[in-house]
Amino acid sequence: MKSMRLRLFTILLVTTSAVWLFATIWIYASTQAEVERVLDARLTEAARMVSSLITDHRIDAASAAEVAASQRPPDSFQAAKENYNRQLSCQIWSLQGDLLGRSESAPAASLAAHTDGFEDTEINGERWRVYAIVNPTLGVRVLVGDSIEIRERLIGDVVKGLLLPAVVILPLLAMLIWLSLARGLAPFNRIAASLAGRAATELHPVDDTAAPLEVKPIIMSLNSLFQRVGEARERERNFTAYAAHELKTPLAGLKTQAQIAIRSKDVAVQRQALARIATSVDRTSRMVRQLIDMAAVDSTDVPMEPEEVDVALLIGDIATELEGVTASKDVRVVTLADGDRTCSVRTDRTLLRLALRNILENAVQHSPEGGEVTCRVAASDKGATIEISDQGPGIEPAEHERVKAKFYRNSRAGSIGSGLGLSIVQMALERIGGSIAFSRGGDGFAVRTWIPVLQQD
Amino acid sequence: MRLLVVEDDEVLLDGLKVGLQMCGFTVDAVTTVADAQAAVRADTFEAVVLDLMLPDGSGLDVLAAMRRAKDRTPVLLLTAKDEVSDRICGLDAGADDYLGKPFDLDEVAARLRAIIRRGQGRAESRLIWQGAALDPARMTVERGGALTTLSRREFAILQALMENPGTIHSKPSLEQKLYGWQEEVESNTVEVHVHKLRAKLGASFIETVRGVGYRLRTAE
Repeated sequence: MKSMRLRLFTILLVTTSAVWLFATIWIYASTQAEVERVLDARLTEAARMVSSLITDHRIDAASAAEVAASQRPPDSFQAAKENYNRQLSCQIWSLQGDLLGRSESAPAASLAAHTDGFEDTEINGERWRVYAIVNPTLGVRVLVGDSIEIRERLIGDVVKGLLLPAVVILPLLAMLIWLSLARGLAPFNRIAASLAGRAATELHPVDDTAAPLEVKPIIMSLNSLFQRVGEARERERNFTAYAAHELKTPLAGLKTQAQIAIRSKDVAVQRQALARIATSVDRTSRMVRQLIDMAAVDSTDVPMEPEEVDVALLIGDIATELEGVTASKDVRVVTLADGDRTCSVRTDRTLLRLALRNILENAVQHSPEGGEVTCRVAASDKGATIEISDQGPGIEPAEHERVKAKFYRNSRAGSIGSGLGLSIVQMALERIGGSIAFSRGGDGFAVRTWIPVLQQD
Repeated sequence: MRLLVVEDDEVLLDGLKVGLQMCGFTVDAVTTVADAQAAVRADTFEAVVLDLMLPDGSGLDVLAAMRRAKDRTPVLLLTAKDEVSDRICGLDAGADDYLGKPFDLDEVAARLRAIIRRGQGRAESRLIWQGAALDPARMTVERGGALTTLSRREFAILQALMENPGTIHSKPSLEQKLYGWQEEVESNTVEVHVHKLRAKLGASFIETVRGVGYRLRTAE
């Protein structure tokens, strides 16, 4: 159901009606029991009264029998439709079975055959509740009966009296529920209105000071979402500004070199300018690739997928990818794996690949011609250590911390790379919980990376 | 006119150097804040082209150090950050002009000529002396209705002479305007180019002050 108001309305109306119905059934049952009890008591009372009256000889049973016989009895009993008149019918029978007397409403036929107590009987289609009592002194039997139809009508009237207001009240109640819901749900509408009026850039938190307790969790989740979206946007904006900034310098270089090539009449100058354009395009495209990598590493949208990654195989893969660079510099990439076991670690493959690719690329690029890059891999239950060493000049100790910073450009980066590589490494390692350390070996520079086993979250 | 270009991007630095040389400037180039500060202390330049993002700091550091040392050399800032706030910041720090990357080589040259001219207190872009008008933008000289195109070196010597027509320019001071640090000075370049200029402008336009140097002739 789409409308919360309609849903609440239906629930409230159904439950209210159910309560009403239950209450009615209960009242009906208890009224019936009570009425039966009272009327039964009245029957008993009446029978005893009649019996005691005739015992005092105020009524002569024998003569009464003659009178009774002379009277023409009504053809049949008719329960009064409109009122409760002639509720009780009374018959006095001799023990021999002669009708000695009867009240005006009583039928001529015997109301009941039993001698003592209550019984439900049916005479000429009319149902009776009959109480019988035997007067042994006079040898008569007194029967007092109630028409069950009248009794039922009595109960029905009581219940009807209760139900009628309910039938009138229920629509009124429904209307009140409907209006109250509108009022009760107003805080939601207010929030909806305040959110609907927002522009895409308005990510400030929704004010929750006046919000009801039940709405607060929603507002708090919304605000936390706003904050995350805001942070993501901020990151994106920073990144875009950074990327634009980083690309403008190579573009300026390309443009000036192109203008030189167009303008110069000296063939040697033209050739050199074109050669520089070619290298600059290569470098710029690498930079663009790194910027895209950086955006991928920086983005928290993509969840990490831990899996078993064979590090030695991965390095082999990356080395194949870098073949263009390694071949042009005649650099060999050697992988030495810890022999005892497979060198695998549970981590996010994409992020690990990005980190290792950039470390390896740096190593190859800083290697002297014909040099060798060595990758040593050792894995344990807790993670893997990867040491990539080259024979290049390395990074000055003073710069070890600075090169890891996001968007930092090394002082020597200008001649070789964009300086983005180590930022990507650092950002990727941060996400998979790894760390990096630099050291200067015997004939070069070593980058040691620690990759912990990533727990599934 | 001698320039110092401070830029860390290799390709752009080379482009500026070659391109500005083609526009008649003599260019010295450095890549770091430290080198730039050493250069402005040790040498005099007619203008400095300064990149803001340098590997060992900000170009603004160089600018601030220059202005603290009462160095009034005009400075053109080059930067990839071209938001208004960045421009204001650069200009307030004492820069004379501001250019966002990527830029047009001709625009860099024109702005450099303009800030140098303003520094010298001139309104006219051309240099005029004794009926000769030197147009720095085109590297041409006009005399008596005849337009002559000058080579880079000829232009540099004539520009130096015409900027200060009364003074005598020594051979080393002219050589300094012709050569950057990396260029090897050829022993008789100044003589060769003065000779060529005389051929183009008339033998009497440049006087040789024997044993001292050269100057423009003051009267017919």
